[in-house]
Amino acid sequence: INFVLLISRQGKVRLTKWYSPYTQKERTKVIRELSGLILARGPKLCNFVEWRGYKVVYRRYASLYFCMCIDADDNELEVLEIIHHFVEILDRYFGSVCELDLIFNFHKAYYILDEILIAGELQESSKKNVARLIAAQVGILTFVELILENPLFFMINL
Amino acid sequence: MDTVEKIVEDFASDIAMSPFSSGTRLRDMIRAIRACKTAAEERAVVRRECAAIRTAISENEPELRHRNMAKLMFIHMLGYPTHFAQMECLKLIAAAGYPEKRVGYLGLMLLLDERQEVLMLVTNSLKQDLNHPNQFIVGLALCALGNICSAEMARDLSPEVERLMRSREVNTKKKAALCSIRIVRKVPDLAENFMALAASLLKEKHHGVLISAIQLCTELCNASKDALEYLRKNCIEGVVRILRDVSNSSYAPEYDVSGIADPFLQIRVLKLMRILGQGDADCSEYMNDILAQVSTKTESNKNAGNAILYVALNMLMRAITVDALAVQRHRATILECVKDADASIRKRALELVFLLVNDTNAKPLTKELIDYINIADPDFKGDLTAKICAIVEKFSQEKLWYLDQMFKVLSLAGHHVKDDVCHALIVVLSNASELQGYSVRSLYKALQAYGKQGSLVRVAVWCIGEYGEMLVNNVGMLDGEEPITVTESDAVDAVEVALNCHSADVTTGAMCLVALLKLSSRFPSTSERVKQIVAQNKENVVLELQQRSIEFSSIIQRHQSIRPSLLERMPVLDEASYLLKRATATQATISADKLAPAITPGGLKLPNGVAKPTSAPLADLLDLSSDGALASTTASTTTPNDFLQDLLGIGGVSSSTAGVPSTASTDILMDLLSIGSSPSQNGAPVTDFHHSGQESKPVPAVPEAIDLLAETKATPVVPQAMDLLDGLSSSTSVSGLEKTAHPSITAFQSATLKITFDFKRQPGNPRETTIHATFTNLTSSTFTEFIFQAAVPKFIQLRLDPASGNTVPANGNGSVTQGLNITNNQQGQ
Repeated sequence: INFVLLISRQGKVRLTKWYSPYTQKERTKVIRELSGLILARGPKLCNFVEWRGYKVVYRRYASLYFCMCIDADDNELEVLEIIHHFVEILDRYFGSVCELDLIFNFHKAYYILDEILIAGELQESSKKNVARLIAAQVGILTFVELILENPLFFMINL
Repeated sequence: MDTVEKIVEDFASDIAMSPFSSGTRLRDMIRAIRACKTAAEERAVVRRECAAIRTAISENEPELRHRNMAKLMFIHMLGYPTHFAQMECLKLIAAAGYPEKRVGYLGLMLLLDERQEVLMLVTNSLKQDLNHPNQFIVGLALCALGNICSAEMARDLSPEVERLMRSREVNTKKKAALCSIRIVRKVPDLAENFMALAASLLKEKHHGVLISAIQLCTELCNASKDALEYLRKNCIEGVVRILRDVSNSSYAPEYDVSGIADPFLQIRVLKLMRILGQGDADCSEYMNDILAQVSTKTESNKNAGNAILYVALNMLMRAITVDALAVQRHRATILECVKDADASIRKRALELVFLLVNDTNAKPLTKELIDYINIADPDFKGDLTAKICAIVEKFSQEKLWYLDQMFKVLSLAGHHVKDDVCHALIVVLSNASELQGYSVRSLYKALQAYGKQGSLVRVAVWCIGEYGEMLVNNVGMLDGEEPITVTESDAVDAVEVALNCHSADVTTGAMCLVALLKLSSRFPSTSERVKQIVAQNKENVVLELQQRSIEFSSIIQRHQSIRPSLLERMPVLDEASYLLKRATATQATISADKLAPAITPGGLKLPNGVAKPTSAPLADLLDLSSDGALASTTASTTTPNDFLQDLLGIGGVSSSTAGVPSTASTDILMDLLSIGSSPSQNGAPVTDFHHSGQESKPVPAVPEAIDLLAETKATPVVPQAMDLLDGLSSSTSVSGLEKTAHPSITAFQSATLKITFDFKRQPGNPRETTIHATFTNLTSSTFTEFIFQAAVPKFIQLRLDPASGNTVPANGNGSVTQGLNITNNQQGQ
């Protein structure tokens, strides 16, 4: 997978993740092109688009388009599954996720994405494991925050 | 239901956060930005926030860094420049706490890419983090590394990654494996280090690890041949076992995707098996059965199942090249797949079927495929018909069967049949004189039934025109055919109908007019009627039709005498040479596609194309009449390089060198060429007839058969001087099949300098050529410090011997010589 892109119906970028080297200018250019291309497609059209020699697999969930760009010889159906995998995990984490959740908690979305994909390849195919890992990480966070904000409390109890 | 997020939020709010002085919380900022109604407002808010953040940075406050970073990332996503934050990222990463590190790495991955130098500074922090006891921090570091590392970083940190792959934590192992994928991609040399590790990882139970391990293996195989060998030897059984376990395992809710157990893993394993199995018969044997199992088991009405089927079919295709028999066994399953609901599966299955077809099963397969045309959807039909035509052509033992199938296909899917297929059909028809009557009648019947199909109409109309009297008089009946009564006017009717309803399609219209003309000469009684019909088209909007109708009506009216001779039966089209042309045409079109992406503007890649057999360069067409002319037999490319056009002008070079693109494709074409007449030119090793791949729309008008042949002059492409050298040597190596010597040529000649090459080759060593270069100075002043350099494409090795001297005397009084030794690594390929 070369990059992951989440765009809203209005063309606003909600999340981007690049696994291949693209400069800033190239990134904006790519985003603009793909937005135009994908947002213009009707609902009944196929989920796969050819673009610049690559294949772009996208899926629309409510008002968000999840796009992933892959090489020409990768398996598109598999990527569609990966997209769905990602969305299901997001759903499980945020509880009925909606676009607003992703806007206000974009960093968490990134962390989840990092647990699923590294270097453009799938990392973990079990939703339970991913959820467990994220929970553990959040656990650490909370713990650290707790200590930071309530040093007295903890020192007393220790 | 309490989700993780909600729990955390509640907890945090309970701990009454005191408002921090230097800035808003992330959430508030986002809310503020979203509340802006205009772009200008938004910009103002963003600017204010950035200013606050910049002050915070310069004041070096540690507490709020991660929050500021998060804000910055949001701003970055909106599209504003945030370069000033890069150092902040680094500081965050270097901080000790987990949350800071986390945000720091996120910022790193988002704001920086691998080409920035700032990345180098991170290497040290990364190294420390990789050694951290906390597995999550290690995970963070690995993740970051895996996503954006550059080549140097990869080299530095790979020993750490290797160590981490052996750790006990599942999570770490996973990430380390994926990270190493990236490393291997960046620095293929390091592949060997990871081989053993990858193999051991395959023995794990955890699916996550397995997935990553398999990916790693795949990447390794791509990266280096040794890895491939190693993995092939050691891992085949392991891999097959994994696949078997997964597909047979009972329902496991963790990995389930709509009823299919862990499809991701299955897909990966299949891909790996494909790579491992390539070219190795034993492996394929082993894999065949498990593959069949997988294909039958996976249900196709679910997306995940489709994905697996897809990859499995791909695999089978590759496997076919090794072991065709085994795959025949699964023919039935594959045929099922052809009827599958999913388009991509169908496509793959069709290709597979195509590969499977051989003499024995051609007939039944074709029958099934033709039946299937009826229910296929439009875009698929095109592919399908093309394939069927190809199959039918290749395997038709009897003309009758061939014609039958073609008529059926035309009737059912006329739109999609391509032009050249029609022409092939016509060629065959003109050759098969005994079948002409039969074909005319069948076509006539078909025309009545399926008048709408474009190609069918064309072929039918042509036939009716040519063999009209056979139709009317029921000439040449075959056994078992029922006689039909067709009067002359019926025939004219049919053509007229065709003309009127396809008047939009120029080619068909044109053909109809011609057919009408022919009929008028064959059936003199109808010529009045024909004249009227033709006259109707005199004011046709389309120029072509108008022109024709005017010409034809004048023929009918005034040139009655010559009409019969004009409209005689067409000469029998030479089948053999036509087949030849089609073979080269298809080859060249394939190669044109392959060549196109390979050509760089410099045209330097041309010699590569010269040596490879798949890229039959598209030389000018010298047709049946041998022009013999040095009508610039050249190669055409998508970016013609007229760079050293003069070079071509230099005597003697043109025909032999330019004609050089006698790549090894000539070997393939050798047999075909011997059928067609191919006079050689100047006895040069250049075999001569290459046909351009472009077929211009052949207008099937009255004129000769030559029409079917395309004539395109390709622009002369001349590689640069040194490439000329290589082009020559590869030509000598290729055509060295017949000759061991090559006439010497003048490689370069200008007003000042002349370079001549003499070629020598050892009879037993076709890859090596020795070139003796002679430099002659044509000016009146001496050249001093004369140095000759040469560059060769990658598959050729060059060795320059020292020159005989550095000074070239003036006026050709003497010359400097130098020896070059060329070895072609791709001799004969």
